[in-house]
Formats: sequence, structure tokens, C-alpha cells
Amino acid sequence: MDYLAIQILNGVQLGLLMFLLAAGLTLTFGIMDLVNLAHGSLYMMGAYFAWTLIGWTDSFVLGALLTLPAALALGAVVEAVVIRRLYARDHLDQVLATFGLILFFNELVRVIWGPAGKSIALPAFLSGTVEILPGLPYPAYRFAIIVVGGVVALLLAWMVQRTRTGMLIRAGASNRRMIGALGVDINLLFTLVFGLGAVFAALAGLMAAPILSVKIGMGDDILILAFVIIVIGGIGSIKGAFIAAMVVGQIDIFGRAFLPDLLKTFLSNAAASTAAPAISQVLIYLVMAGVLVWRPTGLFGPRT
Amino acid sequence: MIQALRTRRGLVVIALAALAIALPLLTQAFDQRYLLSIGTRVVIWSIAAASLNLILGYGGMVSFGHAVFFGIGGYAVGILGHHGVVLGWVQWPVGVLAAALWAAAIGALSLRTRGVYFIMITLAFSQLVYYVGVGLEAYGADDGLNISRSRFPGLIDLRDRAAFYWLCLALLGLVLWFSARFANSHFGFVLRGAKSNDVRMASLGFPVFRYRLAAFTISGALGGLSGVLLANHDAYISPAMMSWVKSGDLIVIVVLGGMGTVFGPVWGTVAFFVLEESLKPVIDLFRKGWGEYWQIVFGPILILIALYAKGGIDSLLGGRRDGGGGHG
Repeated sequence: MDYLAIQILNGVQLGLLMFLLAAGLTLTFGIMDLVNLAHGSLYMMGAYFAWTLIGWTDSFVLGALLTLPAALALGAVVEAVVIRRLYARDHLDQVLATFGLILFFNELVRVIWGPAGKSIALPAFLSGTVEILPGLPYPAYRFAIIVVGGVVALLLAWMVQRTRTGMLIRAGASNRRMIGALGVDINLLFTLVFGLGAVFAALAGLMAAPILSVKIGMGDDILILAFVIIVIGGIGSIKGAFIAAMVVGQIDIFGRAFLPDLLKTFLSNAAASTAAPAISQVLIYLVMAGVLVWRPTGLFGPRT
Repeated sequence: MIQALRTRRGLVVIALAALAIALPLLTQAFDQRYLLSIGTRVVIWSIAAASLNLILGYGGMVSFGHAVFFGIGGYAVGILGHHGVVLGWVQWPVGVLAAALWAAAIGALSLRTRGVYFIMITLAFSQLVYYVGVGLEAYGADDGLNISRSRFPGLIDLRDRAAFYWLCLALLGLVLWFSARFANSHFGFVLRGAKSNDVRMASLGFPVFRYRLAAFTISGALGGLSGVLLANHDAYISPAMMSWVKSGDLIVIVVLGGMGTVFGPVWGTVAFFVLEESLKPVIDLFRKGWGEYWQIVFGPILILIALYAKGGIDSLLGGRRDGGGGHG
């Protein structure tokens, strides 16, 4: 029972991380109609920035806080140099150019930080466990991820649903041209949303860094999962992205935590531990395929 | 033949074809066996790119999972061989058919979606197969599997590098001939019409979905063929042959060469491999030891191609754009 509760929490934690990545992606997608494969690179750069800044400041919290403006600056540069030229292009050009960005960033990291992975040590106050329920200890850092991720998700939901900027974002996602025609500075909105997405991606990267390792290409696999999430949720929908991220998080953890034992009843140990994570990934893609067949624009996507 | 000599494209094609046919003799004369291996890879990748070009170039379907057919064709050869079925007469048709069936299945689902959703669902399906490969402990999982090459007793020995190269080259010739016929057929015109305006084509009474599905299936089958060849060239299969980066590379190649042109996929593949092989030594010239970071230059080149090189390499050859083949 405890094991089950902890695994469900792990799923929530993974889901929140992916939600942070997916939120920026679904907004840039929904509002700017931009396929940004390089979003995972911002996630990776967030982790590397955090590694460097935590080293410099010798403080986990301070380094983490400094990472966010650094990521915002990087996002602004990328937007101004490359992304801005892609808004009016078709998806194929966007895929190509941002694929080029991925290659560039992966190689840049190799040049600056070297090919070996990095690890970020946790500060003392986050490395123990907390008792979230009487008799149920849970790693403090993972719990902190859930808290921060949850708070950010709530803030984002509040901003999108309750503020004027959020209203413009929602309007932009449903009809870009119309809000431009109504006199909204669409370029400013684009830049704002892209910067916001970059900060969220870097936040996810820096939070993931201590539990996964900081390595080249770390953003690529999780980026594809983030795409799966926004496609399941419906492009442009924050609510959809949140629900889909939670579902994907649970499937992933299920595959890692429970499937191996299940498979061992009829497979050899080695085969089971190889097959289980793979099967959970396959399940995720099957869910996506199923959703798209049932609703070709995702759960909460725009209806045509 | 005589007519082909009249255009610049025709001249380039004939010169390159002659060079391609003579390549094994040249590499033998200069003792550069590594070059023949690259040449074979170029030919095989050209077949894969040509198959993607059928749907991406002519049909406007941005499939971001085409490398999956490398994997399906390759694993068909590898898995059959692993269980003692070494005859190429069995392995090759199974590889191509399996790829065609998978293409038909995912095409039937994916083609219901549009735009970005289509890009993502094709990517998702290829990741699905990729992870199946990763999960197959019996066939090497992540590490892959060393395989023995297909046997065609009495006909050809695939271990003979030159013979295998010529076989691949002949198959590439057939695929390009097919592309040219395809582009200018009734079928090809419907597909190209649907690319520019599918609502209009549907209003004219064409069952656009069925045409697209047929094209997707043919494309998958030819992609499977390239996978069969790739596995036989490497004598090795692994999930890495169908990683999503390979799918991205294939899109890059098709766009770089010129979408919806018969020879574009070949130009694109040649340019891609030449860039890859030459960027390393060139960067090393400027700064010793930095050649391994060639992608830091290649990435921005891709961005520039996406932003400024609309027609691809094929358009540089000028001449009549519709000569020999079509354009999208």
C-alpha cells in the first residue's frame, strides 16, 4: 500500500515536470502555430546553467533562482535570432530549423561543458525524507518538486484564466489573426509567451537535474513526451496538457515500478527488466494514437 | 538519352551516374575501401529519401517517422536470419511487406489528422516501434544484434562489397524510375493536387484519403527495402537505426535536395554525407581537434537552409523544372 502511494506520487512528480515543459510548448504551438523542437534544448540548457550557477554561488537555491533569468535571456536571444523568422513559415521549415537548433545546442554543450554528464548535489535540507502522511516517508527533494511544480501550475492556470494577459493568450490560441486585427500587439505577445515557455522549460530542467543526470541530449527524449502530452491534451490547451501530463506520468511510473514484477511471472528476469520500461513507453504512444483516432485534435483541442 | 544531354540537369545526372557505376573500380584502384562503404550508404539512404519524397515532396505529408522503415526492414532480415531463415528470397519480401503493412496501418490512423498532429502522430508511431526494438531482449535490445547477410545462392554473394554496391545502385535506379513515372501519372497528379488544395480535390470527387493512404503504403514499402539493404550493408541491426534523429535527417535530406523532384533525394543525400564527411577535416584546419564538433556548424546550416533555400539543390540545376519529373 505504501509502495503504491509512493509510486503514485512519483508519477505525479514526473507528470508535473513534463507539464512544465509541455505548458510552454502548447502555448507557443497554440498561439504562434510554431513547432519548436528546440524546446527540449532550453530544458537541457536550464540544467547546465543550474549546474554552473550552483557551482559559482555555492548555493542550490541561489543558483536555481539565477538560472531562471539566464534562461529567459537565452530564450530571448533564440527568439530574436531564429524563431522570429519562423512564425510565418510552414511547419516543415520550422521542423527543419529547430532540428538544426537541437544539433547546435547539443554540440555547444559538448564544447562548453564537455561530453561527460554532470550531477548536481542536493543541499542538506532537501536530501532527507519527509513524512507526508504518518508512517509514510517520501524523499524531500521529490516532494519539493511536487510543491514547486504544483504551485507553478496553479499560478499558470490563474494567469491564463484570470488575468488580462491570459485572456489575450487564450484569444491568441483560438484565433491569432483576429486578436491582431483587434489591435493587440501580437509580436509582443509572441515574445512574452516564448520567454515564459523558456523559463518553464529551464525550471523543469533544473528541477530534474539532481534526480536524472545532466547530460547532452537529455532534452530530446522528454521533448517527444512533451509533444505527445500536448497532442493528447489538444494544442493550445493548458488544462489538456495538465491532464495528459498526469496520465503519461502515471503510465511511465507504472511501467517502471509494477510491470517488471508482473512480467517476471512469465518472462526471465533479464527480459522482464528490459521489456518493462519499453512497454510503458509503447503504452504512452498507444494512448496518444487512441486519443487521436477518437478525437483528431486532442482532448481539449480546437474543434474544426 | 540524347534529349537528356540538352539540359544541365541531364548532363549532371549522366555524369554522376557514370561516376556512381565506376565507383567500386575507382575505390579498388586507389585502395580506398572506406569510400565504397560510404558510397553504398549514400545509395541506400537515397532510396530511403526517395521513398519519403513520394509522400513528403509530392504529397505534402510531413512524416516525421520515416526511419521506422529502416528498422522494420532491418529487423525483418535480422530476426529471420537469427532463426535460421537466411534466404534473401524470403527475407527481402518479408521486410518489404512488413513495412508496407505497418505503413498501411499507421497511415490509416495518421491520415485522419492534419498539420502538426500528423507530424506528431507519425513521430509517435515510429517511437513506438523504436521502443519495441529497445524492449526485445532476445534480439539484443539497446545493443542491437550482429547478423549474417542474406543469401542468394548461385546468384550473388552480398559479402562481395562491389557486387552489393551495384545491386543497391540498380535498385536505386529502379526506385528513381518509379518516382518519375509516379510523379507524372494520374495518381501522382491527384496527390500533388491534394497537396496544394485537398478540399478542392475532394470536391472534384477524388477520394483523397485513399490516394494518400496508397502513397503512404508504397512509400513505406520502399522505405522497408532501404532498411533491408542497410541491415545487409552493416551486418548489424539496432534500435538506433530507427531513432527519431534519423527521421529528422531524412526530412533534411529531402528538403535539401529539392522536394518533389525525381533526383532531389539523391542530391540531398550526397550533400548531406559530403557535409558530414568534409566539415570535420575543414573545421580541423581552422582549429585542431575541433572537427568532432562539426554539428555546431551543421545545425546553423540547417537553419539557413530552412530559412533561405526553398527549392533545394535540384532548383540550382535550373532547366525545365518539369523535365523528367514533377515538382510540388
